[in-house]
Amino acid sequence: MATIEAKDIHFTYRTGVEALKGVSLTIKDGEFVAIMGQNGAGKTTLVKNFNGLLRPTKGEVNVDGISTKDVSVAKLARTVGFVFQNPDHQLFSETVEEEIAFALRNFGFDEAKVEKRVTWALNLLDLTEYRKTSPFMLSGGERKRVALASVLAWDPKVVILDEPTIGQDHRQKENLRQFIVQLNEQGKTVVIVTHDVEFVAECSPRVVLMREGKIIADGAAKRILTDTTLALEASIVPPQITQIFHGLTFLGLPSDVIDVSEAKKILVEHFRGSRR
Amino acid sequence: MSVIETQGLTYTYPGATKQSLRDVTLAVERGEFAILTGPSGCGKTTLCRCFNGLIPHFYAGELKGDLKVADLSVNEHTIGEMAKRVGLVFQNPENQLFALSVEKDVAFGLENLGMPREQMQERVDWALQMTGIEDLRERAPHELSGGQQQRVAIASVLAMQPEIIVFDEPTSFLDPLGAQKIFEVISQLNKKLGISVILVEHRLDLAARYAGHVIIMDEGKIVLDGEPRDIFNSEQAWLLGVGIPKAVRLWRLLEENGIALKGVPTSSDEATQYLKEVLWRR
Repeated sequence: MATIEAKDIHFTYRTGVEALKGVSLTIKDGEFVAIMGQNGAGKTTLVKNFNGLLRPTKGEVNVDGISTKDVSVAKLARTVGFVFQNPDHQLFSETVEEEIAFALRNFGFDEAKVEKRVTWALNLLDLTEYRKTSPFMLSGGERKRVALASVLAWDPKVVILDEPTIGQDHRQKENLRQFIVQLNEQGKTVVIVTHDVEFVAECSPRVVLMREGKIIADGAAKRILTDTTLALEASIVPPQITQIFHGLTFLGLPSDVIDVSEAKKILVEHFRGSRR
Repeated sequence: MSVIETQGLTYTYPGATKQSLRDVTLAVERGEFAILTGPSGCGKTTLCRCFNGLIPHFYAGELKGDLKVADLSVNEHTIGEMAKRVGLVFQNPENQLFALSVEKDVAFGLENLGMPREQMQERVDWALQMTGIEDLRERAPHELSGGQQQRVAIASVLAMQPEIIVFDEPTSFLDPLGAQKIFEVISQLNKKLGISVILVEHRLDLAARYAGHVIIMDEGKIVLDGEPRDIFNSEQAWLLGVGIPKAVRLWRLLEENGIALKGVPTSSDEATQYLKEVLWRR
């Protein structure tokens, strides 16, 4: 069964800005999708329609077969967790522990279960030592982890992450990547909105490209990120490895390479082959 | 000639028990394009705050050691005086723009200097032209795209004709093409006008090609300082988990497989060039 199904949705902000101009998209259970595209293409608007934070002006979004028009945001959030771009838009409690417990109590979990879930989430994101610390005493990267922990604590089926890599250093990004891949392998549906081409190249998810309120391409990262025409249209730049291989096609090497390990494998074979 | 020179710079924020900068000694030459990087919390932003006097004049705290920027001893000059020499561009342009038109935003710093109207107009025109946003002159900054906004932020700093511009992750919020255009603008300011550039950046894949100098910090200290190729190839940079460009990673992997190539590429163009040369000959 489809987890999220957007049927020809349009969305116009009160200011009159038409951010979505007819978007249809199906995200199946357990998929990992990256939504990419130029600034102002409607990426964040689209994912906010997935959990009822916004509701389409025209068209329909179904989550597990139920239209978002018929369910409260609170109820939808139980299925679709949303982690904001800026953790400061999400955090407000006095301690990290309280922050994580807040939504759990709102969902009506009993105290024993709240305690169990909080401990689990703290542990999962390596935040146990900050249990009693104010989120605002933490670094930006740590605050982002608190925001993520507070959403994962209620175990939503779908996790949406808006620009998860902004402000993260290389090591934190690598941790985040492993974490997302692990979540996905455990069966969670993961949707990320991102500009970070190299991060997407490393994760290799399904990529949905947007431009001016519409989807212009949808497919495997390997196909989408290596298409220079599409990239230009969506204001993205192909990964560095792809750029290198685009200059080597005259040698009969493939042009759809995004991953550094794959690049190495192809080049090593080519070197060995030409030595013979 | 150094445009920034620090000697044993050590700094502790008020109320903090840990030093944020520890014995930082560093020289940036006039006209250089330097990248400053390192893990989150390593002291990059703190060091940048020293360059224009925000530390110690605004943040107080305890600053030891020597710091000379654009021939001025930062301790002895106000933030206002430093601002004429050192411009700062932040991660999120929205935090920097506030006027109702692009032109007014770009003129704001000059108005504060009390510059005559005619001269001000000239400067604004020049700054808009250099950043390629003359056509946006009458537009409201908040209606522009992120990339356009960042160019307005750069133009307003440029209008002051600083000797140094410090960019603190200026493209984090931009789409990749917008980010590339900003790096091009920065590189042009560096090459054509000779403005010294300090770029704080994690994504070295995008920025490395423009830089002639890379400085890596960790735990308040400078741990590596040199030419990009040497730095990216050093064991220490890899151990620190700095975002080594993919091209360099590929080189390393090939080397581990018995394929030693000349040079260390800092951009995809360079990598392609090196590979072409080797593969073509076979």
